[in-house]
Amino acid sequence: MTSFLIDQWWLVVVVVGSVVPLAREFAAHGIEETLRSLDRRWIFVLMFWAVLLPIYYIGVTGQTFPEVPSLLARATFDEIERLREGDAVLMAFDYDPPTEGELGPMATAFTKHAAAKKLKMYFMALVPVGPQMIDNTIDKVIKADYPTLVYGQDYVNLGYKSGNEGVIKVVVTNLRELYTTDARGTALRDLPMMRGIDNIQQMKLIINVSGAYPGTKEWVQYATTPFPALHLVAGCTGVQAPLLYPYIPSQLSGLLGAIKGAAEYEKLVVDKYAGPNPDPKYLEGLRRMGPQLVAHLLIIALIVVANVLQLRDRRRGALR
Amino acid sequence: MTQLVPLLIAVLGGFVLIAAYFSPYTQSWGEKAAIWFDILASIAFVLGGANLLKVHLKNVSDRARGWGYSLIVLVSFLVTLMVGLGKVGVQPSPQFPDSPWSGTYRETGGAFWFFYEYAFKPLTATVFALLAFYVASAAFRAFRAKNTEAVLLLGTAFIILLGRTFAGVLLTSWIDPAVWSGFEHFTGLRIENLTVYIMSVFNTAGNRAIMIGIALGIVATSLRVLLGLDRSYLGRD
Repeated sequence: MTSFLIDQWWLVVVVVGSVVPLAREFAAHGIEETLRSLDRRWIFVLMFWAVLLPIYYIGVTGQTFPEVPSLLARATFDEIERLREGDAVLMAFDYDPPTEGELGPMATAFTKHAAAKKLKMYFMALVPVGPQMIDNTIDKVIKADYPTLVYGQDYVNLGYKSGNEGVIKVVVTNLRELYTTDARGTALRDLPMMRGIDNIQQMKLIINVSGAYPGTKEWVQYATTPFPALHLVAGCTGVQAPLLYPYIPSQLSGLLGAIKGAAEYEKLVVDKYAGPNPDPKYLEGLRRMGPQLVAHLLIIALIVVANVLQLRDRRRGALR
Repeated sequence: MTQLVPLLIAVLGGFVLIAAYFSPYTQSWGEKAAIWFDILASIAFVLGGANLLKVHLKNVSDRARGWGYSLIVLVSFLVTLMVGLGKVGVQPSPQFPDSPWSGTYRETGGAFWFFYEYAFKPLTATVFALLAFYVASAAFRAFRAKNTEAVLLLGTAFIILLGRTFAGVLLTSWIDPAVWSGFEHFTGLRIENLTVYIMSVFNTAGNRAIMIGIALGIVATSLRVLLGLDRSYLGRD
């Protein structure tokens, strides 16, 4: 850390320089008074540095925090691990660019895991820009690191269909009613891996990456609940995770909540399949835990400061 | 007529889906109804587009407050629609090299891809990222321990915030049975374990109760809609 600060002295100068006006306010009006009437733009500045500095530090040093996989991350990993080569998995990527920061790393890790296990991957999306998310992941993982996997034989992108949970209701019993071609417009009958696949119940596992609605909740309600033989694991945003806990474990076998869940799962996948020097693209979840740590600590500090001020005000009021 | 036809469609669709759920013989009816729904959802995109045009064209023609933004919406919408439908800059698919429109609209290098990659993606990601700043500001201004409930909420928030980072592990790593054998009964007090406990017990119990309540409410509302007692969804016209 010290050598980093010495090497990046200019950054220290910029950060300190950016908060000098705040320090001057403290000196002129006192810390307590300044905090009481703190302009929210100072909070924005602090949050900016709280996110940017760890990103830069991790980018320069490559160091990440150690992660201990939780039971849920392990359950998710084990659910995919139990599959055999050639088993069909539905990769439902129901997220878009706003949630890519949280969900992109787990989508990458899921695809890496499935590709390493040589599973047959059927990608689909319930959100309009889902196909772009699928294309990005395919380019990043399958085309880059598993060039031997052939489109149409080992993986297929079925693309987006409108109708939200209505799509799930149909494909779970009759895929061909809605999908006649893949996302590229190739007829499903011309894709070798689509032969014999008539509905989603034939999938050994559904892997869902969920940004909001429609997402994991709908897959639980319309796929795994009416058809209990179907298994579902999911990765979701931090906001969604608490709402999905009630479905664990019978309707939802595994759940990765936000970037923390992604980092835990990533560790399991990387340890087993990425070798001693993993590509940084497979460590994105672990890398993003740095900014999360500092941002969370900042929020806690702000809450504590605000409550201390309030407590002091109350005491003063009581004394009067 | 404007009330009766939509009402009949809703009632018929609802009862078909109920029948399809409870009887395997009527499962295909449910599929058909769901496909109709999917077709309607596709048509809703066209209606949505038309509505967007109507609202913003009116704003521009009336020179309403903020009409400039409406103009930006209209131009962005129409340009994106045209380059997407026209597949501008998209190479023909290798399967059909003689058909200029056979490539996919979002092909890398195409105009639609360019708009998505360099406008839509960074803009939407930026707007979402702004949440971090507003959450921090709101936490400073509003998250106060005013009463017992607020103190409990605050304590839970601290545990979850710390438990979702390495700080939680670090702060209570001293509760380690390997260091002192007496600690083996206290490992549940480590922040990362407390986080799991809060999420899987308190959160799950609370959420299940809310979900059951919501489900009962949905059943009651759905029955009212199916029986034609609740017609509020039809509007006033």
